Amino acid sequence: MDKWNTGPITYDEKSRRMADEMVQAEARHFARRSAKDIDCDCKDGMFPRASFADRRTFLFAAGSLTFAAPALAQTAKTPPGAIQFPVPDDPTKEQGRPVAADGGYGSRSQFETEVRVRFPTANENTSWSFTPLDKMLGNTTASGLHFERHHGGIPTIDPAKHVLFVHGMVNGPRKFTMADIKRYPSVTRKHFIECSGNGLTEWNKPTLKTVQGTHGLLSTSEWTGVQFATIAREVGLKDGGSWVLAEGADAAVMTRSIPMEKMLKDAILAYGQNGEAIRPEQGYPLRLLLPGYEGNTHIKWLRRLEVSDKPFMTREETSKYTDLLANGKARQFSMDMEAKSVITFPSGDMKLPGPGFYSVTGLAWSGRGRVQSVDVSVDAGKTWVPARIDSVPDPICTVRFSLPWVWDGKAAVLQSRCTDETGYIQPSLAQLIAIRGSNGPFGSIYHLNAIQSWGVAEDGSVTNVHA
Amino acid sequence: MFTHRFSLAALVSALVFVHPGSAQVVRYGFGTPATPDELAKFFSIPPDGRGLPSGSGNAKKGAELYALACAACHGEKLEGNPAKGIGGDKLLGGRGSLATKTPVKTVESYWPYATTLFDYIKRAMPFNAPGSLSDDDIYSIVAYILSEAKIIKPTETMDAKTLPAVTMPNKDGFVPDPRPEVELYR
Repeated sequence: MDKWNTGPITYDEKSRRMADEMVQAEARHFARRSAKDIDCDCKDGMFPRASFADRRTFLFAAGSLTFAAPALAQTAKTPPGAIQFPVPDDPTKEQGRPVAADGGYGSRSQFETEVRVRFPTANENTSWSFTPLDKMLGNTTASGLHFERHHGGIPTIDPAKHVLFVHGMVNGPRKFTMADIKRYPSVTRKHFIECSGNGLTEWNKPTLKTVQGTHGLLSTSEWTGVQFATIAREVGLKDGGSWVLAEGADAAVMTRSIPMEKMLKDAILAYGQNGEAIRPEQGYPLRLLLPGYEGNTHIKWLRRLEVSDKPFMTREETSKYTDLLANGKARQFSMDMEAKSVITFPSGDMKLPGPGFYSVTGLAWSGRGRVQSVDVSVDAGKTWVPARIDSVPDPICTVRFSLPWVWDGKAAVLQSRCTDETGYIQPSLAQLIAIRGSNGPFGSIYHLNAIQSWGVAEDGSVTNVHA
Repeated sequence: MFTHRFSLAALVSALVFVHPGSAQVVRYGFGTPATPDELAKFFSIPPDGRGLPSGSGNAKKGAELYALACAACHGEKLEGNPAKGIGGDKLLGGRGSLATKTPVKTVESYWPYATTLFDYIKRAMPFNAPGSLSDDDIYSIVAYILSEAKIIKPTETMDAKTLPAVTMPNKDGFVPDPRPEVELYR
């Protein structure tokens, strides 16, 4: 195994290009923020809530015409998902908006600006966008901020015309309308989904600045739907049916082969997300949910399940989502997302205003079960202390953790380490590379679950570091 | 917890969904039978070629079709095109590079099965008009790519019989996922 680990890690041409482009895109994202936000001691993002970014929006919206310079008009742009309303000087002295004047579906506050950021792949239809984990509160991702990965854009599908076919090695091939599917007994479970490419830029050196870039292909929702096992009973499985092909109704007609054992264990045909229909970007009207499996297998816009005795060896499960090792062989059907965690506050590109108390907080998760414990280090892993688990651990779901920390003003390196209920401990990057090989990751890029380090400098600035 | 849930489910199904005195399990009965006609439009081609359509093609015809339907994104010499708005993968080259510091993953160097190429082109290509090529066209384009990759001879015809018999250079390049890695356990 030693021969795998000689010399520095190198990117293949495509990975290097993608990483370079993401660095540029992140720089453009920063440039769009106003100079005031960036230069201010209290940078946007210092606290999980973006409470500083919108002062000009407030002033502009309040009708202060003196501020209506072109640059200002730009910053007053309504954030996506919000509606711009005039801001009264004193909301206790005039009536607010009438009840249900929004047509019966709410919008977020005009002062909340967090958005997903797209990875700048050359083609916008086959691309991905990151959840702003640094701004995320609690342990559920807002549906509109759930990360995306599409290979042929987002289709618009009329649920009245959508049909799921279940066929292959079954006793009776059957088709189901959405109305049919919703008649079955349902389950509601909270699970994370993580793209196996999460962190692909970070193998070689600290590359992206924020936790949105390094870990944002992770989101958590409450999902509602029918268990595949229920449908399997309805159609009757033939002996020897050991794989199921899932196919999407998008322009990529995405397909993955899933082991029957997994399908029968906990696969959900999901039509609900966080209490309402799943979003179009998440597979409306129906998606496959495979708790703990890599995101690509959770086929969106699900239209077909074909039972087979063998995997189909689709493009995604041969040429793409496989993990090339340094000896030239590639791991295939590497489905499980292993235990992982990340500190979201403080995290990259934030700035602590000075020594004193901070509540360090983050997320931990495992595709193999519940999170058992999370440890935090403020000295680059020399010593660890157990973090408090702030949410009740569900199987194959994120938990929010926190640790009270009094910063003495000296340089520090913050890390978190997840242990799941199987006893698996989140590895360091060096441990992971010792197993995977030093050129393997750039053949593969996937399944980086190493401990993340954030460096805190004496001036309070927080940066992505390898420690 | 799980044991309890499963035993409860078993109890419910035993009480409610089985006719007394009959082994026949009563289904919910939702959904409707899918007919062969309805299923005929679907395909997913495994390495043994099951489900490959009739028709055939060769590299000569494939070269013409490639120039029209594929070259804009994948390059006139199948070298790929990283330009903004395009981003087509490189299809050729990289043979022997997988165990080096700069692995190049292409159809030629990495893809283990020729059937996957047919399936993927029929499924999702060309990017601007997915699913628009005839089966003959797809066999031809597959023949052209495999021929340019020097995996088949330029004169070979690709059809439902010959395509699954093509041996890809990296057919033995994949291993099952060996995880979990025991050294990472407490």
